[in-house]
Amino acid sequence: MLQQEEKPTGNGKELPYRYDGKLKVMGKATYAAEFPVKDVLHAWMVLSTIPSGEVVSMDTTLADRSSGVVKILTPFNAPKLPGIKPQPPAIRKLSLLQDRIVYYNCEPIGLVVAKSLDEARYAASLIKIKYNTTPGKLSFDKRLDQKRPPKQGNAPPKEDHGEETEAWAKATTVLEQTYTTPLHNHNPLEPHATIAMWEGENLTVYDATQYVSGVRQSLAKHFALPLDNVRCIDPYVGGGFGSKGSMWSHVVLAAMAAKVTGQPVKLVLDRTQMFGPVGGRPATTQHIKLGTDATGKLVAMRHNVIEPASVMEDFIEPSAQQTSMLYECKQIAIDTELVDMNIGVQTFMRAPGEATGTAALETAMDELALKLGMDPLELRLKNYAEKDPGEQKEFTSKHLREAYKDAADRFEWSTRPRTPGTKTEGNKLVGYGMATATYPANRSAAMAAIKLLPNGRIAISSGTQDLGTGTYTIMAQTVEQETGIPWQMVDVKLGDSSLPKAPVSGGSQSAASVMPAIQDACKQLQLKLATLAITDSTSPFFNAASDDVLLSNGELRSKSNPSKIEPLSASITRNKGAAIEEKGSGEPSQEAERALSAHSWGAIFTEVAVDKTTWMVEVRRVVATYDIGLLLNQKTGKSQLEGGIVWGISLALEEDSHLDNVYGRVVNNNLGEYHVPVNADVQSIEVNVVGIPDLKFNPQGARGIGEIGITGIAAAINNAVFNATGKRVRSFPITPDKLQAA
Amino acid sequence: MNPFSYERAQQPDAAIHAIASNQHAKFLGGGTNLIDLMKDDVEHPSTLVDITRLQTLATVNPVDGGLLTGALVRNSDLANTTEVRTRYPLLSQALLSGASAQLRNLATTGGNLMQRTRCYYFMDPSYAACNKRAPGSGCSAVNGYNRIHAVLGQTDNGPADAHTCIATNPSDMNVAMAALQAVVEISGPKGKRSMPVRDFHRLVGNTPHLDTNLKADELITGAFLPAKAAVFAPHSYYLKARDRQSYAFANVSVAAGLELEGGSIRSIAFAMGGVCHKPWTSEEAEHVMIGKQATAETFKHAAEVATRGAKGYENNAFKIELSKNCIVRAFTLAAQGTGTASA
Ligand SMILES: Cc1cc2nc3c(=O)[nH]c(=O)nc-3n(C[C@H](O)[C@H](O)[C@H](O)COP(=O)(O)OP(=O)(O)OC[C@H]3O[C@@H](n4cnc5c(N)ncnc54)[C@H](O)[C@@H]3O)c2cc1C
Ligand code: SF4
Repeated sequence: MLQQEEKPTGNGKELPYRYDGKLKVMGKATYAAEFPVKDVLHAWMVLSTIPSGEVVSMDTTLADRSSGVVKILTPFNAPKLPGIKPQPPAIRKLSLLQDRIVYYNCEPIGLVVAKSLDEARYAASLIKIKYNTTPGKLSFDKRLDQKRPPKQGNAPPKEDHGEETEAWAKATTVLEQTYTTPLHNHNPLEPHATIAMWEGENLTVYDATQYVSGVRQSLAKHFALPLDNVRCIDPYVGGGFGSKGSMWSHVVLAAMAAKVTGQPVKLVLDRTQMFGPVGGRPATTQHIKLGTDATGKLVAMRHNVIEPASVMEDFIEPSAQQTSMLYECKQIAIDTELVDMNIGVQTFMRAPGEATGTAALETAMDELALKLGMDPLELRLKNYAEKDPGEQKEFTSKHLREAYKDAADRFEWSTRPRTPGTKTEGNKLVGYGMATATYPANRSAAMAAIKLLPNGRIAISSGTQDLGTGTYTIMAQTVEQETGIPWQMVDVKLGDSSLPKAPVSGGSQSAASVMPAIQDACKQLQLKLATLAITDSTSPFFNAASDDVLLSNGELRSKSNPSKIEPLSASITRNKGAAIEEKGSGEPSQEAERALSAHSWGAIFTEVAVDKTTWMVEVRRVVATYDIGLLLNQKTGKSQLEGGIVWGISLALEEDSHLDNVYGRVVNNNLGEYHVPVNADVQSIEVNVVGIPDLKFNPQGARGIGEIGITGIAAAINNAVFNATGKRVRSFPITPDKLQAA
Repeated sequence: MNPFSYERAQQPDAAIHAIASNQHAKFLGGGTNLIDLMKDDVEHPSTLVDITRLQTLATVNPVDGGLLTGALVRNSDLANTTEVRTRYPLLSQALLSGASAQLRNLATTGGNLMQRTRCYYFMDPSYAACNKRAPGSGCSAVNGYNRIHAVLGQTDNGPADAHTCIATNPSDMNVAMAALQAVVEISGPKGKRSMPVRDFHRLVGNTPHLDTNLKADELITGAFLPAKAAVFAPHSYYLKARDRQSYAFANVSVAAGLELEGGSIRSIAFAMGGVCHKPWTSEEAEHVMIGKQATAETFKHAAEVATRGAKGYENNAFKIELSKNCIVRAFTLAAQGTGTASA
């Protein structure tokens, strides 16, 4: 039964266009590397070409003399920085030319600064580097026996909710399998880019980042500056997906070079440099064991993950995390172990954990259903978790059942052939599969500022970021929703660390964190306008109770007598023509956080066609329904979910960074060979949302949507491929060679 | 990228003169291969001789009952030329299955014939060993990640040997041209010559650094499609097996054409891509099909013969079975009648 407030509300309305759409279409949105800066120099990073060892010498004689070169920084001449301790996950251990050790191939070991990019790049090719190479730890699959427990980082706790052996003894059906996913590298359209400039002891950077105040803080620490001396600006981000969630070496190197040369320095990563020095999603090897009783009820679950970790620092892709809450089961055990490798420090990539974790778990559930002779959807419903099985917490809101039903009906799931390999169309095998999607709902403290301007417009600002996802649009929309001032009258500012602080745009939390702060700012503004009005004898609200004065429909209006109104221009006049400012903040209640479990959910159904000769897989149709609370904006919201699904197709079928086992370098380090879906790989995608606001989570009832789209889909495709062919591939991506061999 | 000078040739003779007088000069066609390799420090020409204004080499003309395409005709234009679509659909299909629309709009016939391998180790000078890029340095691919490499006709004397190279020719166009027995038209300081496409690209042999038999001072002026190759028009198929639906090089590709008389095979067009340092052709395989019925049995037999002696590596052994299956499938589809460009 739905509770009173739990009715679909029709979701956010669709705006005719994005707030920033016109600027972007016209090429006038200024990205970090595009800020016109006078006398800017260009820097090119020199990266190591060995996986392990030390730099013995760097002969820059020729390079120094090459045209346009201003300065070459190497471990032999770079200024010493005050050493700082890495604090994961916000700071990664960086390579800042402070020593000569090489930890991985493609690690920054030098910087050429020149008058133009071409000159810098050419000079870099003239540097003669001598290394002392030591044997690197390079293979992952062949060194699994060297696994160890994590020493640092965000390890999920080892969970053991009871008497494990006893639970397994009760299992009448057991499925045990190993699934693998490969290393992935981020490739947002906009690569990492920084322009750094100093004015005395003040440092300003334009930096492609998901966290302007994080960059500010990290830079302040690296150069031992007071926080106030550093500013980070980034009004538009060309995609982040986690890669820009923490600050990498090039930002500090650009600032270092600007300091040394006394001129602003621009450093943009080349596409090939995206494969190595700026993290990636680690490979995973996942052992899953599921046990049920005779009715298909899960009695025990185990999910062990092994991943490579950089010899520099642990990072964990928490792939087992969702297994502790997705299905009702009394005995759940998860853990993660690591294998040291000479690779760069790994990092967040869209839905870190759930993307790879659901790929494995939801494939295993399909295999289990087959073993039990059950319909895969029925198996999921049988084990539906009404409460978070871990600590038996209530969910803030969960309508996965509705999502399953909605998507299954639209897809006509019940009509699919249940026996694998039975439906053919010419040379193609056709199959159908499903899986569950999930991602936690996160929220952090955020602040915002609002200003009623003399010209009647509203300025709203927050030090958050727009990764191309629609933050500008929903900020303007939220102001309209709270004040009735049309969104076209709202000026939005974000992406500047001098604005009120907001959290990192990661973990799908920006909307959920920032919008409550904006709602609060609007309320504070209403209160201020009311206070001014009730003390002004010329106002119709003179002497009214302050809570009787509402800011709605773009004017002041009496709550008790809606016909009593005053235009906002009166407020400005009252304030002697000056703008009226207020601040707002929002923060999750700690109590609620402790008492409730907050997650988003989804049901994904796919149809694939597999060619019997080439073993190429076509994803013909995806039907997905998500329970993500209130959808704030149809256009930007659905785009994100669809984009996540496209990336899920990539995870299922294409994406794979191949590490050479001698050099430890990603061999396919460009977008020609690092395959992601092209238009021809993406056919029909139909996304719907349940649309029930989650008011126990935040006042808007909206959970984040940035990441859930990539979860579940890879398994849904894998399960459809199995239904089509009777072949089960347990190593992602499902490339034609693997299907041929299966 | 090294500093270089740029000049634009207005006449073929001027282009040849420019290249013959400077051994570090290179022709610039669409630039889709050469410029990338320059940026990545693999090619270092001192001068680029831009030949894209050679209007006389930018048209497709009927000659001797066949078709002569100029070296500067863009891949997309060639694929969409009516004569090519109707008389040599195999070539049209192959061209349209290559790269992306943007690349095909730039890529030229001459440049496509000359495009270099996509071997990762060749394309990135950070890897010390590559006999093709740095003769005598060895081969990083034999023991490296070799999924896109050759299974037929390669030279493999181990990773340290100066002759080892298991690279493939990545082109789709070349495969169709080899199947159709097209002829490369060449001009040099000493005059003109012609060379069948099948002889134009080289096996690795002992010279992994050489891709083709074109001399450094020669200009490709065009490619000639013989009249007799038009007999395959009703029964041809270009099958490209790859990792995604578009914009990926072939794992294996098969150009198949049949001239049928009754149900039996009178003559054959056949070549494979993605498996060898040059388009792989097999006269033996053609031979076992001629005079036979166009059945799966015939094609299976040919597939065995065509892949005889194939040798796979850790990551590419799948290409051998894939080749056989693709040969059978491509000829089966060809026998059924010419369709549209393969996905
Ligand atoms: C990401 C990517 C994907 C691709 N995918 C495919 C694919 O799927 N299938 C496929 O077949 N190809 C593919 N290609 C390759 C593409 O077809 C070639 O890059 C193109 O054909 C080269 O032609 P061009 O005119 O641009 O050559 P250029 O780059 O201009 O020149 C290449 C070489 O040929 C020489 N040259 C050019 N013209 C002449 C001439 N007339 N005489 C003598 N020498 C000459 C140049 O000096 C140079 O050495 C892909 C390329 C890229 C970048
Ligand atoms: S296969 Fe050929 S091109 Fe590739 S590394 Fe070996 S020698 Fe070089």
